[in-house]
Formats: sequence, C-alpha cells, structure tokens
Amino acid sequence: MRWLRAIFNRPEKGYAHPYLAGAVLGVVLFLAFLLTGNGLGSSGATSRINAAVVDAVAPAHVDQTPYLLKMAGGDKNPLDDWIVPVFIGALLGGFASGARHGRLRLTTTRGPNISDRTRWLMSFFGGMVFLYGARMARGCTSGQALSGGAMLAAGSWAVMLAIFASAYLLAYFVRKLWL
Amino acid sequence: MTFPLEAFTTVSAANPWTYLVFGVIGFAFGYTLEMAGFGDSRKLAAQFYFKELTVLKVMFTAIAVAMTLTFGAAGLGLLDLANVWVNPTYLDSGVLGGLIMGVGFIIGGFCPTTSLASASTGRIDGMLFMLGGFVGAFLFGETERWFDAWYNNAGYYGRLTLDQLFGVPAPVVVLAIVLAALFMFWGAEQLERHIGRKDFSREPGLRKLGAAALAAAAVGVLVIGSPSLDERYERLTFKRSETVQQAEGNKLQTVTRVYSADEMLAKRLVFASPAEAFKARYQQAIKPVYLDVRSESDYNLYHLADSTNVPLNRLGKLVPDLLSEPAGNTVFITLSNDEAAAVEAWKLLSASGVQNVYILEGGINRWIATFGRQDPRLKPLPNAGADELGYALKAALGDRYESCSPSPIEYEHLEFEPRIVLQVKRDKSGGGCG
Repeated sequence: MRWLRAIFNRPEKGYAHPYLAGAVLGVVLFLAFLLTGNGLGSSGATSRINAAVVDAVAPAHVDQTPYLLKMAGGDKNPLDDWIVPVFIGALLGGFASGARHGRLRLTTTRGPNISDRTRWLMSFFGGMVFLYGARMARGCTSGQALSGGAMLAAGSWAVMLAIFASAYLLAYFVRKLWL
Repeated sequence: MTFPLEAFTTVSAANPWTYLVFGVIGFAFGYTLEMAGFGDSRKLAAQFYFKELTVLKVMFTAIAVAMTLTFGAAGLGLLDLANVWVNPTYLDSGVLGGLIMGVGFIIGGFCPTTSLASASTGRIDGMLFMLGGFVGAFLFGETERWFDAWYNNAGYYGRLTLDQLFGVPAPVVVLAIVLAALFMFWGAEQLERHIGRKDFSREPGLRKLGAAALAAAAVGVLVIGSPSLDERYERLTFKRSETVQQAEGNKLQTVTRVYSADEMLAKRLVFASPAEAFKARYQQAIKPVYLDVRSESDYNLYHLADSTNVPLNRLGKLVPDLLSEPAGNTVFITLSNDEAAAVEAWKLLSASGVQNVYILEGGINRWIATFGRQDPRLKPLPNAGADELGYALKAALGDRYESCSPSPIEYEHLEFEPRIVLQVKRDKSGGGCG
C-alpha cells in the first residue's frame, strides 16, 4: 500500500502555462474531429446517465417524458453513446494528471471569505443551474463553445457569448463568494 | 484515406474499439483541463474579476489551434467536413440556455467538464457541482414537456456556420478569429498586469513565437483554401453491395464494392429510370425532391408535378440549403431534357457533399415516352438537339399535362431495376453534446 500512499503524497507541481495547455487541448479537439467526426463534450453524458437511472427506477415514467423518451425510450440504451466513454475518460484523465502533478487531495477550493459549507451549497446549486442551461442549449462550454466554436457553428458562438455575458454581469453581485 | 474514419463515427457494441477511442479522447481532455488548473474553482472564477484570464487564454488558444488544424486538413483534402458534426443552430434556446449557464458558472465556479477534473482530484466542491449537475439534468428532463414545442424549434437555422452567415470563405473566418484571439490575449495580459498585478518578467518569450506560428498557420490555411469542387469530385467514393456468384460452389455472396464518381456514372448506378423516380413518390421510406435544372422557359413548357426549377448556373447557391435538408431520407433526383445537364448537376451536388443524389434516366424526354405517349398534345420532334426537349408543345402548360403526375393506380405495376440506395447520414442525435 506504500505505492498507493505515494500517489497521494507527491510533491505538488505548478500548472501548465495557459497557452501551452490551450494548444494541447486544441490538438486533442482536432484529433477528435479527425478520427471520429465528433468534438468534445460532457454535459450530454450527465443527462444520459440521469436517463439511465430514471429508466432503471421508473421505466414507465420515461414513456411519459418526451425528453427522456429520445434517449431511453423502447429498447434504447441511453448509455450507448460516444459521450459516455468521453465522460468516463475525462474523469480518469483528470485523476491521472492530478496524480502526476501531486494534486490529489481531499479539499475544497473556495474564495477566502466564505466557509466550506457555503461553498458546497453554492457549487451544488451552481451545478444544478449550469446543467439545466446546458441541456436547454444542447451543449455546454465543451460541446457548444469549444467544439462548435472551432467548427464555426453560428449558434455555438451565440451560446458562448451568452455564457460569458451573463457570468460577467452577475460577477459583481456575487463577489463575496470569490474575492 | 479520408477522415473522419467511418468506423469511429459512432460507438457500438459491434465495434468495441470505438469505446476505447472515445475513452482515450476523453482521457486526454480531462488530463489537459486538470493540467491547466481548471480543477480549482478559484482559477476559473478569477476570469470574471479580470484578475487572471486563464479560462479565456486556454479556451481561445484551443479553439484557434483546433480550427486552424481542422480547416487546414480539410483544405488539403484529408478531412471531409461534410462528415464532421457541426452543432445545429437553435438560436433562442441556445442564448437562453447560455444565459442560464453563465449564472451556474459564476455561482458554482465550474463548468461541467472542469467539475470532472476537479472531482477526480478530490475536490469536494467539484464533486458537489457534479452531483448538482445530475439534479439539474433531471429537472430539465422533467420540465421540458412544458416547452417541448418551443424547445424543438427555438430559432432553428440548421447547420449554419459563420462563413455562410457572413458570406465569405471559411479560411477567411479562421484567420479573422485567430487574429482576434491574439489581440484578446494581448488585452488579457494588459488586464492581468494592471488589475491582477501579475509579474510578466518571468513569462516565457516563447509565447510570442507561438502566436507568430499560429498566425502563420492561419495564413497558410487561407493560401491552401478550400478544396476545389473538381478535387472533391475526384475523391468521392460510393459504396454498393452487390450479389455475386462465386466461382466454386455456385454460392451467392454479397460483397461491398467501392466506386469512384466516374465509375458510378459509367456503370449507370446513379440513373433512376422514370418508373423508379415516379414510384419514389409513393414510397414511405424515402422523400424524393425533383430538381429540374433546365432553363425556366423549358420548365414552363412542361415539368413534373412538385418539381423545383433550379437552372444549372444557380444550383451552386442552393447547396447550403440542400446540405441542411432536415429529413435524413431525402433523395434528390436531378433532371434535364436528356441527361447532360442533369449529370453536371449530379457532379456539382455530389462534390459539394450532398448525399443521395440521382439522375432521371433519359430525362424529361424518356419520362414523356414512358407516361405521355397517348397524349396528342405532345408531338415527338425527331430532330431535337442534344439535351433539348424532344417534343413539340403547343402550349406552356407547366405541370398540367396528365403525364406530369401519372396516375399511381394506372402505373402500379411498372417494372424497373432499382438504383436508389438510401445512404443514411450520420445520426443527427449521435453528434454534439446530445
């Protein structure tokens, strides 16, 4: 078990330079387009996993919910989609980078003037709101802004501008959370 | 070989490798985001107080690099953009959803994928964001029924891209976005210097070289341009399965053959007989669209019922609309008086990436010979020139001749050799974040 403890106690290294990380991400996105014809994404997997859970707990409910019906209706398996392996891969990739750079730690990242508990509440609430919006926009920062943006999709640029516009407009009013 | 690889476009249990390919792509995605520091919500939130603009830098570098490489590869003919997923534009629901996402971003401190990088490295706030995300996705599924009709049509423009919107070639947009991104990076560094009080003396000078390389590559994309229609035509391939008799054992076997566009024409595999073109109207599985590429005057003389007149010289302008034709089972049938103009139209549409295009065999002349022989108002003209109407018509009745819409009952038992094979495009729900 010493090797396991060693993974969690590696010396912490700094973050990659933003432009370097961006360039690597750009190459990954390009390779995704080149090999599969699909971009990157993740919020679709969240709603597919949700659909799978609802399908397992209350299959009759799926038949009455138009949005779930598209993913889990009849003999459709909502998890049989490219975005699910991407989602799982992203979790593993994040863990691998965290392990490699000594950042695996059970902690909370928060602004200096709020408690952990407030931060937990806000991140839960924020995640809920974000995913609601992501499903409405048919994609999040990855599936719309990043992938659609690189393919010059007009709607994706509109989504991207809307995300940044509302976050910037609201930032001043919630500054206590972060500053 | 043309990318994307057909074997990888959708995951399926029949080809388990696809799970691995998408898993590896996801792994690289998560690794890069964590590497950039996106597992820390403070780094993401700092973007919105102009203290540290890492989000903007990473995101726009990624977009600029991916875009330059993608359109460069398309220009060199390595990548067929018609087979790459482009998010369809739903303007209204996209903007409203984006505004909601912005609220979640500034309150929650993450976006969905960065919360994965955060949660997987042990950040409790990242895990709770993920958990909240499942609740949000659940709530959307439960409430969508109240605005289902709006959601499915909210400002729908189909596959609309910026180059179409502005009416300029895609490489021009690529270069403009790259230059705009570089200018934004310069502005971001000024903000960081003055508001974030960041010390820039230790920033690598290499980033200026990188910026120059990126701009040069974008200029390169512009120089390469988009592949010409001729080049794209040369690279077209069509798959047909054929039943052949094996030499030994007399067993029938189905083999898949790959043909070039010229072979398809030479073997007449894309010519639908009048009987087949007519019967297509009554077949549930396909939705035929008849494109009459003759001159307007010929069209006014005589044309098929429900056919659309698009003279050959205006056909190119119609391509974006045909590419976003909503139904996946649409079959386009080009037709002229004989075949010459219809063949040209077929070449143009196929090279432009329009799928399921066929030619009416023998054109209008063969159509009239098949369905209008008894009509005394249609007199054969034996001396008609190539691709000219071979009948003398007294009046320009358009589609009011009986043979323009033959009776499906009278011609129910027409025999023909089927040529139309529906190539179903990439599943619409299979791409994007769907």
